[in-house]
Amino acid sequence: MIAQTVLGKRGSIFLALCIAAAILVPVLTLKVAPNSALYMPPYVVALLGKYLCYALLALALDLVWGYCGILSLGHGAFFALGGYAMGMYLMRQIGARGTYANPDLPDFMVFLNWHSLPFTWWGFSSFFYACLMVVLVPGALAALFGWFAFRSRVTGVYLSIITQALTYALLLAFFRNDMGFGGNNGLTDFKDILGFNIQSDATRAALFSTSAIALALGYIVAAAVVTSKFGKVIVAIRDAESRTRFLGYRVEYYKLLVFTLSAAMAGVAGALYVPQVGIINPGEFAPANSIEAVIWVAVGGRGTLVGAALGAILVNFGKTYFTGAFPEYWLFGLGGLFVIVTLFLPKGILGLIDRMTARRKPQPPAEMPIAPEEQIAIPEGGR
Amino acid sequence: MLMTFFKALATLLFLVAAACAVTSPARADAIDDALGHFAQDKFPETDKGIDSLSGSGAPTAAAVMDALANNRLLFDPGSKQIFYKDASDTLFDAKTGAKAEGVDASTLKKVRLNNAVRSKLQSVGGSMALLAPDPTKRLDAANAVFRSHDANQLAPVETALAKENDAAVKAALLQARAAILATKPDATADQRLDAIQVLKLRGDQDAQGLLTPLATVAPDDASMDKVRTAAKAALSAISMQLAIWQAVQNVWYGVSLGSVLLLAAIGLAITFGVMGIINMAHGEMVMIGAYTTFVVQQVIRTSMPGLFDASLIIAVPLAFLVSGAVGIAIERLVIRHLYGRPLETLLATWGISLILQQAVRTTFGANNKEVGAPSFMSGSFHLGGLEITSGRMWIIAFTICVFVALQLVLRATPFGLRMRAVTQNRRMASAMGISTGRIDALAFGLGSGIAGIAGVALSQIDNVSPNLGQSYIIDSFMVVVFGGVGNLWGTLVAALALGIANKFLEPLAGAVLAKIAVLVFIILFIQKRPRGLFALKGRSVEA
Repeated sequence: MIAQTVLGKRGSIFLALCIAAAILVPVLTLKVAPNSALYMPPYVVALLGKYLCYALLALALDLVWGYCGILSLGHGAFFALGGYAMGMYLMRQIGARGTYANPDLPDFMVFLNWHSLPFTWWGFSSFFYACLMVVLVPGALAALFGWFAFRSRVTGVYLSIITQALTYALLLAFFRNDMGFGGNNGLTDFKDILGFNIQSDATRAALFSTSAIALALGYIVAAAVVTSKFGKVIVAIRDAESRTRFLGYRVEYYKLLVFTLSAAMAGVAGALYVPQVGIINPGEFAPANSIEAVIWVAVGGRGTLVGAALGAILVNFGKTYFTGAFPEYWLFGLGGLFVIVTLFLPKGILGLIDRMTARRKPQPPAEMPIAPEEQIAIPEGGR
Repeated sequence: MLMTFFKALATLLFLVAAACAVTSPARADAIDDALGHFAQDKFPETDKGIDSLSGSGAPTAAAVMDALANNRLLFDPGSKQIFYKDASDTLFDAKTGAKAEGVDASTLKKVRLNNAVRSKLQSVGGSMALLAPDPTKRLDAANAVFRSHDANQLAPVETALAKENDAAVKAALLQARAAILATKPDATADQRLDAIQVLKLRGDQDAQGLLTPLATVAPDDASMDKVRTAAKAALSAISMQLAIWQAVQNVWYGVSLGSVLLLAAIGLAITFGVMGIINMAHGEMVMIGAYTTFVVQQVIRTSMPGLFDASLIIAVPLAFLVSGAVGIAIERLVIRHLYGRPLETLLATWGISLILQQAVRTTFGANNKEVGAPSFMSGSFHLGGLEITSGRMWIIAFTICVFVALQLVLRATPFGLRMRAVTQNRRMASAMGISTGRIDALAFGLGSGIAGIAGVALSQIDNVSPNLGQSYIIDSFMVVVFGGVGNLWGTLVAALALGIANKFLEPLAGAVLAKIAVLVFIILFIQKRPRGLFALKGRSVEA
C-alpha cells in the first residue's frame, strides 16, 4: 500500500520498465545470436546505458527544480565530480599496464614528472572508497555551496547564475594540469572495473543493468522524498517561499537537504556514466551541459520525476539521431526545443498527455502536480 | 690598450673625414682607394676597405656596406672594378652609384666575408649611423650602442655627442656613453659616477643590468667605494621606480580588461539590470555585431578599399541596427510571452542563443573570420615606463563613449524617461499613457544594439567565430550581478574592479587561477550582498 501512495500508477510502470530493461538487455546482447533480429549490439547497450545515466541526472535535477524551485545550472558539475571519482578508481586499476608502465602513478603524472601520488588520489585504489567519494564529494560541495547560498537567501535567477559560475570555475580548474586530474585530456584508457575487463560485452551489459537499477532506486528515493511530509514542505517552498518561512519552517535547511541529496544522485549518475563512455574530461563541466540537462527535465515535464527521466532519454535519443543524420540542424532542433517547450509546453510531454486524457475524461487525475509557474509569476498588471 | 686607443683614434679620424668629405673634392680619390681594397679579395684588405669607405663619405658608402653585409658586393677580377646589387638583383657601379649596363654579372666574384669582417662591419655601420642625417636613424644607432656597450664605440659616441642638436638623440647618446663607461674596465671613478647618475635617470631594467655589477664588485681602491655606494643607491631607486611602473602597467592592463568586460556587460546591464530579463542570448548579440563588422569589411575590401580605415566607424551604427533588430524580434516573438517567469526566460533565450550560433555557423562557416585592424588602431607607444597598445587605448576610449552615450539616453531623452518609468512601476506608467509593450521592445532593442556595438570593438581583440558570445556571457552576468542590478555605475565599477583584480592576481597565481579566484570571490560576495555592490533600494528590486 505504501508503494501505491509513493509511486502512483505512472511510477509503478516506470519502475517495471527499469527492471525489465535491467533483465532484458543483458539477455538480448549476451544470449541472443548476433544474426538474430532481436540481437542488441554492444554499442547500443553502451548508448542506452548512457541515456539511463542522463535520466538519473535529470531525475536529480527535477528533484531540486521541479519540486523545490531551485533552478541549478550547475548540476553538470556534480555529475562530473562523481564521474571523476569513478574515473580515478578506474585509473588506479590500470596499474602498471599504462604506457609508462609505472605501477604507482597514472600515465599523465609520470608525464608531468611527478614522483608521488597527490593526496587527492589516496585511497582510490579501493572501490569502496571511490564509491563513497562518488556520493560524498558532490554532496559536500553542494552542502557547502548551498549552506552559503540558501542561508543568505540567494534565490531565483541569481542562484542559477552563481551555480553556472560554480561549474564554470570548476571547468577552468580541471583544465589545469597542476590540479592533478589529467588536465585537458581528463582520465581515459581504462582497463578494468572490479577485475572485469571494461571493454567486454558482459561488463557492458552489467553496467547497463546497474544503471537501470540505479535509476529505479533513484526514482524510489526521489518519489519517497516528494510524497513525504518533507516533500510537501519543499513544494510549499517552491510555490511561496516567504510564506513557508513565516509559517515557521527553516526554509534554508529544507533546501540544503534536497539540494545535497540531488547532488549526490547526480554524482552517482556521473560515476555510472564514466565506465560506459570510457572517458571523463573537463568538458563535462561546461555550463552548456548543465543547461542541456535542464531542458531534458523541461521537455519531459518538470515536477513529475518520471517525465524528467523520460525527457532525458527522448532528447538524447534525438541528439544521437540528429547529430548522425543532420549534424547541421541539431543545434537548431535543440534551441527550438528550448523555446517551444518554455512557450507552449510549460508542463512538458507528460503535461500534454495529461491534458489530452483530461479532455477525454472530465476529471483530471488527482495527483497532478501543481503548475509552478502560476505561483512564481508576480502580479504585473495585464501580463 | 694602446691598440684600442689607436683604433679609436683611427675611427675618429675617419669619422671626422666623413663629416668633412661631403664637400671635399678629394672624395673620388677616397672612394677609389677604399674600393681598391675590396678588389684584393683578402680579409685584411676588406677590413681596411671598410675603414676607408666609412671615412670616405661617399654617397654610395652606405649602399656598399649594406651590399657587403648581405653578400651582394661583387668585383671584376680583371678590371678590379667594384659593383653591388640591391635587394632586387639590379647591378650598380659602386663608385658612381649608377646602374651598371652591359656588365656580365656571371664574370663577377663575390667579396667574401668572415666573422671578423662581419663584426667590423657592424661596429663601423653603427658609428656611421651615429652621424646619419636622419635623426631616427641616429636614435636607433645610439640605442644599439647602449645595448652593446662596446668600448670601441666610445670615441664615435663622443664625436656624435659633440655634434648632436636633437635633444632626444642627445639623451640617448649620453646614455650610450654611460653604458660604455659603466662597463669599461678602465673607466675612472668619476666617469663611473657620472655614468651611474645617467643610468639612474634612465631607470629601466637595462640600466639595472648595467649597474648591478658595479654595486657588487668590490675593488680595493677607496675611490671605487664611492662608486659602489652610488650604484647601490641608484639600483634601489630604479627598482622602486620599476615596481611603481609595473603597478601602473598592471592597472592599465586591468583597465583594459575592465573596459572589455564593461563593453560586453553594459548591454546586459540594460536588459538584465534595468528590465530584469535574463537574456542568455546576449553573447550572441555581441557575436552578431562582430560578424556585422566582418561583413562591412568584406564589402569595403571588395568594392572600395580606400575606406578600410573607416570600416569600424561604418560598422558601429550598422552593428547597432542589426543586433538591435534581432533583439526586438526576440523580444516580440518570445520574451514578451514570458515576462514574470525569469527561469523560463533564461531557458528560452538559451535556446535562441543556440539557434543564432548555428545560424551563423551555417551561413559563415565554423572557422574564425579575420577582421582587420584599421591603421590607427595598430602599433603601440611608450608613456614613461608604460607600454600602451593603440588598439586597447581606442577600445577604452570607445567604451567610455558608449557608457556616456547610454547614460545620456537613459537620463536625458523622453525614451529614457519612459523606460525608467516602466521598469519602476509598470502599471502606473501604463496608466500615464506610456505604451509599455513598445517601450519593452525598444529597451530590449537598445540593450541588444549596444551588445552589437561591443561586438565591433571585441572583433579587434578576439576571434570572430560562432562561439564568440559564449565566452563573454558568464563574465557579463558576473559583472552585472557584482555591480548591482539596475545600476549602470555599479556595472562600471564592477567591470573595472574585476578587470584590475584579475590582472593583479595573474602574476601571483597565473591567468586561470586568477580567473577562478575572481569567480569564487563573486560567488561568495553574492552570498554576502545578494543585490550586488550598489543595490537599488525599494520595491523595484523585489521581483
